[in-house]
Amino acid sequence: MRILVVEDDKDVANFVVKGLKEAGHVVEHSNNGRDGLFMAASEAFDAIVLDRMLPGGVDGLRLLETLRSQNNNTPVLFLSAMAQVDDRVRGLKAGGDDYMTKPFAFAELLARVEALARRGKGDGPQTKVVVADLEMDLLSRGVRRAGQKIDLQPREFRLLEFLMRHAGQVVTRTMLLEGVWDYHFDPQTNVIDVHVSRLRQKIDKPFATPLIHTVRNAGYMLRPEAP
Amino acid sequence: MIYAALFGVSALALAAFLVWSTAGLLDRETDAAINADSNGLSERYKLFGLPGLVDTIEQRLAGNVDADAIYLLVTPDFRPIRGNLLGWPRPVTMESDWFEVPVERGKRRTLVRLHHFDLTGGFHLLVGRDVQVRAELRRVIYDAMVWAAVIAAMLGLVGAWAVRGLFRRTLADVAATASAISAGDLTRRVRVTGDGDEFDLLAETINDMLERIARLMDGVRQVSNAIAHDLRTPIARARIRLEDAASHAQGEAGLRAAIERAQADLDGIVAIFQALLRIAEIEAGARRSAFAAVDISALLHDLAELYEAVAEDAGQSMVTDIPPGLFAYGDREMIQQAVANLLDNALKFSPTGGNIRLAASTVTNRLEIIVADAGPGIPTAERGQAVERFFRGEQARSTPGSGLGLALVQAVAVLHGGSLALEDNAPGLRAVLRLPAVG
Repeated sequence: MRILVVEDDKDVANFVVKGLKEAGHVVEHSNNGRDGLFMAASEAFDAIVLDRMLPGGVDGLRLLETLRSQNNNTPVLFLSAMAQVDDRVRGLKAGGDDYMTKPFAFAELLARVEALARRGKGDGPQTKVVVADLEMDLLSRGVRRAGQKIDLQPREFRLLEFLMRHAGQVVTRTMLLEGVWDYHFDPQTNVIDVHVSRLRQKIDKPFATPLIHTVRNAGYMLRPEAP
Repeated sequence: MIYAALFGVSALALAAFLVWSTAGLLDRETDAAINADSNGLSERYKLFGLPGLVDTIEQRLAGNVDADAIYLLVTPDFRPIRGNLLGWPRPVTMESDWFEVPVERGKRRTLVRLHHFDLTGGFHLLVGRDVQVRAELRRVIYDAMVWAAVIAAMLGLVGAWAVRGLFRRTLADVAATASAISAGDLTRRVRVTGDGDEFDLLAETINDMLERIARLMDGVRQVSNAIAHDLRTPIARARIRLEDAASHAQGEAGLRAAIERAQADLDGIVAIFQALLRIAEIEAGARRSAFAAVDISALLHDLAELYEAVAEDAGQSMVTDIPPGLFAYGDREMIQQAVANLLDNALKFSPTGGNIRLAASTVTNRLEIIVADAGPGIPTAERGQAVERFFRGEQARSTPGSGLGLALVQAVAVLHGGSLALEDNAPGLRAVLRLPAVG
C-alpha cells in the first residue's frame, strides 16, 4: 500500500518510514506541512500518517482541512504529542480517522494504519463475513463454523465481528477496546485478554485449527492458517 | 478627597434649600397678606368711597395688635390723608407695584414691604407690612446656615481624613500581604479584625483565595516531589537494564530481552505521565463544557459486563445491583474511567473467592455508585491520603500500579461537583462515588 508520512521529527520519521517499508508498504515522506499538502493533494495514497505540529506554515489540522475541502477522502491517522481529550476531539472533527499520541508503539501504529488503509477500500455494506470455515451472518446475527452453529453473547458477537472484519490484520488491545466497547482509556487489568480467551473457547477450542492468533507485543489476528 | 468634595457640595445644597424654603415661605406669606388687605380696601373704596376707606383704614390700624400693618392714603398730589406713615416714601415711584424700602416709623428705622396702587379719583394707596422682624429672622437663618455649612465642611474634612486613614490601614495590610506572597511567603494572611464589617469580609475573601492558592501550590510541590521520586525509580531501573545489557548481555537474545524489558519500563513511565496529565486536565475543568446527561445505568452495565469475565477468571465473583433509568450530568468518558479505576482496584485487591459488588442508587438528588470489595481495605488513618497522587498503601506496595487510580477518581468526582468516599466494607473497601443526579 502507498502511505504518506508527514512528520518533522527526523528520528520519529525515519523509524516510522523504515517500519512501514519493512511491513511491505511503499512510503513517501515529507518533513513540512506545505510539501505534505502538495503530495497528499497531487498523488493517490491509501493512508496518511500526519503530525499536528509542523513547520512550513501549514500545520496538521490545516493540511487535513484543506485536503478534505478538496473532497480528498484518503484515510488520515494523526500522530501527535498533543494528548488532551480536546486535542483528539479537534483532530477527529477536522476529518481525521484515527488519533494516536506520542510516544507510541510501532506495532500499534502499523495495525491502525493498515486497518485504515484497508477500510478505505470497503466494498459497501456486507451481509456476510467469511474467514476460512467461519461464517458470520450480519443480518440474522448467526455464527457458524464448519457448518456448526455457535452461540455468542452480544458483546462476543461484536468482538468476533471486529476481528473478522480485520481478518489478516493485527488488531491491538486498544483498538478492540475502542472499536468494540467504545472505551478511550486503558484499564489496568487485562480485560481484553480475558474476553478474547472466552471467545477462543467457543470459536477455536472445539475445532482442529485455531483462527484467533496472539501476535506478540502487539495484539491479536484472526486468519485462516499460520503463514 | 472626591468624597469630601461631594459631601461639601451636598451640605451646601441642603443649606440653600433650607434658606429658600424658610425665608421664601415668610416672603410669600407677607405678600399674600398684603394682597388680601389691598383687595379688601379697594372693595371698601368701591362701595363706600373715600370716607369708607378712611374708616376702614382707621379700624384696621386700631385692630392691628402687632403694629406691623402699614397703610398710607394720599391725595393725587401726594399729601397724606390717613395712615401710619409720616409721608410718601421717596423710593416709591409709579413704575412698579411692589417695593421693599427702609422708612422712619416712630423713632426707629425699619424695613417695610409695600404694595402700591392707584384709586379712581387720583388717590394713591400704599398697603404694607413691617418686615424688619422677618429680615432679622432671615439674617439669623443665613447665619445659621453659613455656620452649619462651615461645620459640615469641617466635619467632612475630618471624616474624609479618618476614613482615608481607615482605608489606608486596611489596604496597606492587604498590599503588604500581597507583596509578601509575591515574594514567596505563602503563609501570610490579611488581618481579620473580627468586627464582621465589609473590611473583614474582604479580608476573609482574600484569605480564602490565598488558602486555595496555597493548596494548589502544595499540590504542585507534592506532584513534582512525587514525579522526582516515583518516576526516578522506573527510569533508573530502565537505565540500569540497558547499561547492564550493554556490558554483560550474553549474545543477541539476551540483549533483545533486556531491551524489551527496558521498553516495558518506559511504557510504564509513559502510562504514569498520561495518568498525571489526565488528572491535571480533569482538574483544570476544561471538559466541563462537554457535559451532558449520561445514562449511568447503561454505562455501569457495560462496565460490569467488561469486568465480570475478568473477575470470574480470577476466581472472584461479581454481583451488580443497578436499577434502570439512572442519569447523571457529566462527561461519559470520565465517569467510565473513574468507575473502571474503582473496579480495577477492587479486582486487584480482592482475594480468590472474594466478592465484588457494583451498585448504584439515587439518594436525594445524588447518584451513588458503590464499588465494594473483600480485599484488605484501607486503614482509617490512610483514607485521607489514599486519594492523593502516588499514594500507595502498605498493602498495595507489592502489587503493580502507580498510585494514581484513586486520585483520578477523586478529580472526576470534584469536577462533577460530587465526592468520593472511602468506607469500611468489613472486610474490604467500599468506595462510594457520588455525582449529581438528573431527573
